[in-house]
Amino acid sequence: MFELIGIPPQALFGQLLLGLINGSFYAVLSLGLAVIFGLLNIINFTHGAQYMLGAFVAWMLLNYLGIGYWWALLLAPVIVGLLGVIMERLFIRRLYHLDHLYGLLLTFGLALIITGIFKQQFGVSGLPYSAPALLSGGYNLGFMYLPVSRAWVILASAIVCFGTWFVIEKTRLGAYLRAATENPTLVGAFGINVPLLITATYGFGVALAAFAGVLAAPIYSVNPIMGENLIIVVFAVVVIGGMGSILGSIITGFGLGLVEGLTRVFYPEGSAVVVFVIMAIVLLVKPAGLFGREI
Amino acid sequence: MAGESDVVAAAAMPTVREPAWMPRHHLVLFALLLAGLLVAPFMLYPIFLMKVLCFALFASAFNLLLGYGGLLSFGHAAYFGMASYVSAHAAKVWGLTPELAILSGTLIAAVLGLVFGALAIRRQGIYFAMVTLAFAQMVYFFSLQAPFTGGEDGIQAVPRGHLFGLFDLSRPEPLYFFVLAIFFGGILLIYRIIHSPFGQVLKAIRQNEARAISLGYQVNRYKLAVFVLSAALSGLAGATKAIVFQLASLTDVYWAMSGEVVLMTLLGGMGTVFGPLVGAAVIVTMQNYLASFGDWVTIIQGAIFVIAVLLFREGIVGVIAKWTKKPL
Repeated sequence: MFELIGIPPQALFGQLLLGLINGSFYAVLSLGLAVIFGLLNIINFTHGAQYMLGAFVAWMLLNYLGIGYWWALLLAPVIVGLLGVIMERLFIRRLYHLDHLYGLLLTFGLALIITGIFKQQFGVSGLPYSAPALLSGGYNLGFMYLPVSRAWVILASAIVCFGTWFVIEKTRLGAYLRAATENPTLVGAFGINVPLLITATYGFGVALAAFAGVLAAPIYSVNPIMGENLIIVVFAVVVIGGMGSILGSIITGFGLGLVEGLTRVFYPEGSAVVVFVIMAIVLLVKPAGLFGREI
Repeated sequence: MAGESDVVAAAAMPTVREPAWMPRHHLVLFALLLAGLLVAPFMLYPIFLMKVLCFALFASAFNLLLGYGGLLSFGHAAYFGMASYVSAHAAKVWGLTPELAILSGTLIAAVLGLVFGALAIRRQGIYFAMVTLAFAQMVYFFSLQAPFTGGEDGIQAVPRGHLFGLFDLSRPEPLYFFVLAIFFGGILLIYRIIHSPFGQVLKAIRQNEARAISLGYQVNRYKLAVFVLSAALSGLAGATKAIVFQLASLTDVYWAMSGEVVLMTLLGGMGTVFGPLVGAAVIVTMQNYLASFGDWVTIIQGAIFVIAVLLFREGIVGVIAKWTKKPL
């Protein structure tokens, strides 16, 4: 076997794989944030809690109703997305005429409530969620061992990201959405129900977070605080990528996951902060973000 | 320059009824506040009062940035917490006297504020909030791993020492009056900053940034200056808290602390002088009474956030100011 600067390839590719998995979550979550921000102009601080909700709904479906992983992958995003729709109608809608910062504060408060309730009910030690039989086992690629469950997460995230990009950039619905992002009043004048579009967009962004949560459930344990620190990293990812471009969010998400994985190989102490350091550098060099438009 | 035009304006005014440095109702309120705080330790638990004072100063420093600078930082725990670590370390390991320990903590917070502020003001609005939050999380991970912070344990059993080498701060009375002096000095400084020509320029920038730029103000310098001032004063609060509680821990540097100071300011009334004090008193009291209910504190804080944003954006003092038609 070959060695790379004293690092055994198993370790290197193992960490790169882990990085790619984290990157999948960054990509799906930052994509959801970008979609919501595009139309609603708010930063959805509840995103981390909604990711956690996705995992918990999957866990509840399995333990209370006996519904397995594959159905949960479809049902949990729908359920959490509907919760998101209710939240948007009840609370967030009332803030559109105000400074965007109030949206941030409101969703932060909602995140505290949701996370607090789940901490109160389930504690913070985490609940196991076993992967379905189809995802057990793995392939020996010669230079590394690739577990099927890990490969599936990356594949599923890539499919969802591509699907979202396709819908927004290539379909009529996506065209309405992009038009409403540019000028909601004009789009409304053409007879398109913009408030409904806004609600649906929020629901969809939330469903993306929940989908990531279900994907995370078998890999990490199901835990009320699983989204708390993740969402802050995703914020940094969003600042690095800039929220102007869908494809940009996806590339930045996967890319930063890989960089984080590499850091874990060569300088483990830095892996927790590398994304923030990159954010600082991007702010110095290109303040609008790698894919952002200058304002 | 703004300073000169203000002087001209003041000179042009025929009669000055109120003392120029403070309207009468503010003077009365400050006097009442000071009198109340001088009597309070004889009726309430001094440690609790000192906790309120530290957080009130923290919230006021934060309000300087949000309420008067119009910049929402979601990472003020970084300055509060890092200053508390440095102050605790200086007092315990370097054996500095408390006033020097607190000063070193404040200084670190100012330097940190200068670095993060210079980067963060390159983005605006929501992005600014996210950037400050991300930097604070970086400080949190640093505190988790750095050797001098003691990781999960924090820095415990910090000696309170002798103020100026003279007054023994292990006794509650000198400690209380020391903290009161820091608090009151900090609040008056913030008051002065708000009502200075510098504060007026900040107000102009908040209301119409493009206009301020076209009038020739170096907007980013003003933003950075108020950011550093706010970070330093937050650091002063955190450093003092470390001496009072003889403890610096990860709680002070965690994002939840950044959220708490936002909540205190929002609840009390952002952009008011006395709002953050009221907000801090309410939140700290609530935490004190609900401490045994665990996660309910988080849930209630979240609920207060939601209610305050939806129904109560002026905050407690903001509403009172509206009733009395006087800026508070």
